[in-house]
Amino acid sequence: MTPFRSHLDHLENQSVFIFREAYHAFKNIAMPWSMGKDSNVLIWLASKAFFGKVPFPVLHIDTTYEFPEMLEFREWATAHYKLNLVVKINEEARARGIGYETHDPVTVTHELKTVALQRAIAEFQWDALITGIRRDEDPTRAKERYFSPRNAQFEWDYKDQPPEFWGQFATTSQKGEHVRVQPLLDWTEVDIWRYIQREDIPIPKMYFARNGKRYRSLGCSPITKPILSNAATIDDIIAELETTRTSERAGRAQDHHERNAMQKLRAKGFL
Amino acid sequence: MSAGGRNTELVAEPPGSAVGNQRLKIVFVGHVDHGKSTLIGRLLHDTNSLPEGKLAQVEQACAAEGMEFEFAFLLDALLEEQEQNITIDTTQIPFRTQRRDYVIIDAPGHKEFLKNMITGAASADAAVLVIAANEGVLEQTRRHAYLLSLFGIQQFCVVVNKMDLVDFSQDRFRTIEAEYRKFLKTLGLKPRLFVPVSARLGENILNLSEKMAWHSGATFVQSLDQFEPPAPPTRLPLRFCVQDVYKFDARRIIAGRVETGTLEVGDEVVFSPANKTSIVNSIERWKADGGDLAIAGDSIGITLREQIFVERGYVGSHQKDAPIETNRFHADLFWIARQPARLSHLYTARLATQEVKCQIASIEEIMNSATLERTSGTAVELARNEVGRVTIHARAPVVLDNHDRVPNLGRFVLVDEGTIVAGGVVHGGVYTDRATVKSKNIFWSEGKISARARATQHGHRGAVVWLTGLSGAGKSTIAQALERELFQRAMHPYVLDGDNIRHGLNSNLGFAPQDRIENIRRVSEVAKLMADAGNVVITAFISPYRLDRQRARTIALQGNAEFIEVFVAAPLQVCEERDPKNLYKKARAGQIREFTGIDAPYEAPADPEIVVHTDRQSVAESVAAILEQLLPRLKAEPLVND
Repeated sequence: MTPFRSHLDHLENQSVFIFREAYHAFKNIAMPWSMGKDSNVLIWLASKAFFGKVPFPVLHIDTTYEFPEMLEFREWATAHYKLNLVVKINEEARARGIGYETHDPVTVTHELKTVALQRAIAEFQWDALITGIRRDEDPTRAKERYFSPRNAQFEWDYKDQPPEFWGQFATTSQKGEHVRVQPLLDWTEVDIWRYIQREDIPIPKMYFARNGKRYRSLGCSPITKPILSNAATIDDIIAELETTRTSERAGRAQDHHERNAMQKLRAKGFL
Repeated sequence: MSAGGRNTELVAEPPGSAVGNQRLKIVFVGHVDHGKSTLIGRLLHDTNSLPEGKLAQVEQACAAEGMEFEFAFLLDALLEEQEQNITIDTTQIPFRTQRRDYVIIDAPGHKEFLKNMITGAASADAAVLVIAANEGVLEQTRRHAYLLSLFGIQQFCVVVNKMDLVDFSQDRFRTIEAEYRKFLKTLGLKPRLFVPVSARLGENILNLSEKMAWHSGATFVQSLDQFEPPAPPTRLPLRFCVQDVYKFDARRIIAGRVETGTLEVGDEVVFSPANKTSIVNSIERWKADGGDLAIAGDSIGITLREQIFVERGYVGSHQKDAPIETNRFHADLFWIARQPARLSHLYTARLATQEVKCQIASIEEIMNSATLERTSGTAVELARNEVGRVTIHARAPVVLDNHDRVPNLGRFVLVDEGTIVAGGVVHGGVYTDRATVKSKNIFWSEGKISARARATQHGHRGAVVWLTGLSGAGKSTIAQALERELFQRAMHPYVLDGDNIRHGLNSNLGFAPQDRIENIRRVSEVAKLMADAGNVVITAFISPYRLDRQRARTIALQGNAEFIEVFVAAPLQVCEERDPKNLYKKARAGQIREFTGIDAPYEAPADPEIVVHTDRQSVAESVAAILEQLLPRLKAEPLVND
C-alpha cells in the first residue's frame, strides 16, 4: 500500500529540498524574517529540513515602524526556535529624517528596508538569502526562479535569468553578488494558511479579526491597513480567501503609491 | 466578449470547489504568433480565474492607448513584454475548472528562448501544443514537440487555433491534424486530442462551438480535464539521492530525497558509487509522523545501522535494482548557451546531487530539431538550440540510469562558469549485476593514503590502459613501446602481459570459456590494485568479449582508477599474415581450438576511448596517438578551466 501524499506534502517536500540545496551550495547564508505568516512558515520548513535546527542567522530589518505585537512575537519566537537573530536598523536614514511622516512610502521602504538589507549583506558577506516570495503575490513575482541571482547593485535581470530545471539551480555567485533562494515560490496564500493550520505553526495574533478588522499582510504600521473581516480562526480565514478576489497586498501602501511601484521596488532590490 | 455555446451548463464555478488537490501543471507551446497568449487569456477569462478588476484594467489601458483589446494582454504582466510584443520568460498562472486546479506554464515561442522553455516545460505534467489554422504546422510546431518528448513529457493535447480565420473549415482542421499526427508518431508521441478553437472569439473553449458543429469531440477545457494527474514514481527502482550528512546533534542523519521507488526501515541499501551496503535504521522527519516508509518525492533523512562512509552525491538503491556506475555514457544533449559546446572543454556535469568534471568525448550526431534530420559524422561543436547525440567522459564514476528506465537519474545538466549550458538525457547504458562483481561483504577500503596524495607524489594519477584486439594486432608491441614512453617521462607504468600472468597467478586456469572469463577477471582485479597504488597499468590481452571488458571497467572504477579502453585494430587478414607466434597456422590446421578470429568470435569495442589502426599506423604513430589522449587524463591535479 502506497501512502497518499497531499498537495501540501508535495509543497513541503519541494521546499525542504530547496533549503538543503541552498545550505549545501552557499557558505554564508541568512534568512530575512519579518515575523509575518510566510516568514514563520519558512522557519518551520527550515526546522523540517535540518531536523529541528535553523542552522543560519535570521535577519530582522527593523524599520522602527514595527507593530509592538510583532516585536513581542519576535522575542518569543527567537527563544522558542533558538534562533540566531540579527537585527538591523538604518539609523543613518532615520537620523536624516527619513520617515513616513515626511516622505512617500516608496522612498521610506527603499531606505529603511532595502538599504538596510544591502548594508547587512555587505557587513556579513552573505552570498545567499532565503526569502518567502510566492508567485501568487504579485505579477512581477510570477517569473521568479527558486534560485534567483542578484547583481552587486541588487538588481534583478528578469529578462536574462538562468535556466532552472530538473532540480538543478544557479548556485554560484560572484563576489558582491548574492542569490535569492525562494522555497515558497510555488505556494499560494491559501496553501500557507492550510499549512499553518495543519502544522499548528505559531503566528502573530494580528492576522485574526478583532472588532471586525484583521491584517491580511503585515508591514510597517503607518502604511499597513487592516481589512474588514470577521475571520477569527484559520478556518474563517481560509473560507474568506476562497471567496475573495482582492489581492493580498491591497493593504500595503507602498505597492500602490504609483504605477508599477512594485516592479520599481523589486528591480531596486526589495524582497 | 461572451461566447455563444451549445452547452451552457458547463460554466466554471468560482474558486473554492477543488481545493487541496495537487495542481496539474500544463505547458503551452507553439509557433510564435499562433495564439498561445490569446488562448491563455481567453481560458482565464472564461473560467472566471482572473483577479478582480483585471479585465477592466486592461481594457482601460487599451482604450487609453487607442488600441484594440486583446486577450493576450491579460498575460502581459510586465511592461517590457507589451513593448516587445513577445513573451520573454516562462510565466506561471493558476486557474481552475470544475474538475481541478491548474497551473499554466506559458513557454515562449520565440526560437532563441529554449532555456526558458525548458525551465517551464521540465516541470510540466502535460502540454498543450498550439497551431494556427491559417498557417498550419511550422518549424517551431515540430521543434517544440520534439523537445517536449526529449524532456519526458508524455501527455499532449493539440489545439488548432484561429479557426475563425479559415471559416471554421473542417477540411482545414483535418489536414492539419493528419499532418501533425504523422509527425508526432515519428517521435513516439500520441496526442490525446485535437481540438479546433478560436481563442479570440471563445469558440470551443468552455462550451462546444455552434460554428463548428462538425466537431464531436471535447471542448478545450474538457480536453484539459482529461489529462491524468501526476503520480509519484513509487513503482520504479529505489533511488535515494543524498543531499548532505547532518550532525547537528548526536544523530548522524543522511538527508536526501527519495527520487523514485520506496524506502523502508530495515531495508538493505547499497550506496553507489562506493558500493557500500548498510541497513536503514530509521527514517527521520521533524514534527511529522511519516512512519517507517518513505516514497518517491519525500524529502527525508535516514540513519544507518552500520556507519559507512556516505556523502553528498551518493545514491542509495536496493541491491537487485542498482543503477549504472560509469565514467563514460551516451546522451542526447540539448545546448542552451550562447557559446557552442566544444569537445576539449572541461564542463561540470550535475546529475541529481552528483557533480563531476567531464568532457564531451565525441558528438556522433546532430539533430535538426525541426525536421528531425540527423547529421552524423565527426562534429566538434554543438550550437545553441541544437540537439546532439554525444558521448560524455567524466573524470570520476557517475551513478546514473537510462532515461527510459529511471528518468530522475537519467537526466543531467552541464554547467560552465556557474551557468547551466545544456541538459541531457542518458541512453544505452549497460546494467551490471553488482552481486557478481563483488561479494557484498567485502567493501572497498580506501586506505589511509588518498589517491590524490599518491597522485601528487607520483606526479600523475593511476590508471588502467586496457588494450584489446586480435592476436597479432600489435597489442604487446604497443604496450611495451607505450611503457617505455611513459617511463621516460618519469612516470610509473607497468605492462600486465598475458603470458606472465598465466605462468603465475593464473597457472591453474586453462582456455575453457569459464577459465578465460576468470583469467580476465583476475587481471582486472590486479590492474585495479596496481592502479590504485598509483601506477599506469597497461594490459595486453585479446579480451574478445565486450562483457568482460565492461566488467574490467567496472572493477577499475570501483577502485577509483581511470579506465581507458584502447582498441588495437587490424583486419584479420593482416594479423594472420603477421602471425608472430604461428598461432593462426595452428588454428587453421585444427591444432588449436576456439581461437579468436578463426573459430571464436571477437567483439570489437562499440566506443573505446582510443582506436589505433596498426595496419596503417606505425608503432610510433600508434603510441603517439595513445599518448595524446592519455597524458591529459593522467594529470595529478584535475584540469580546471572553469
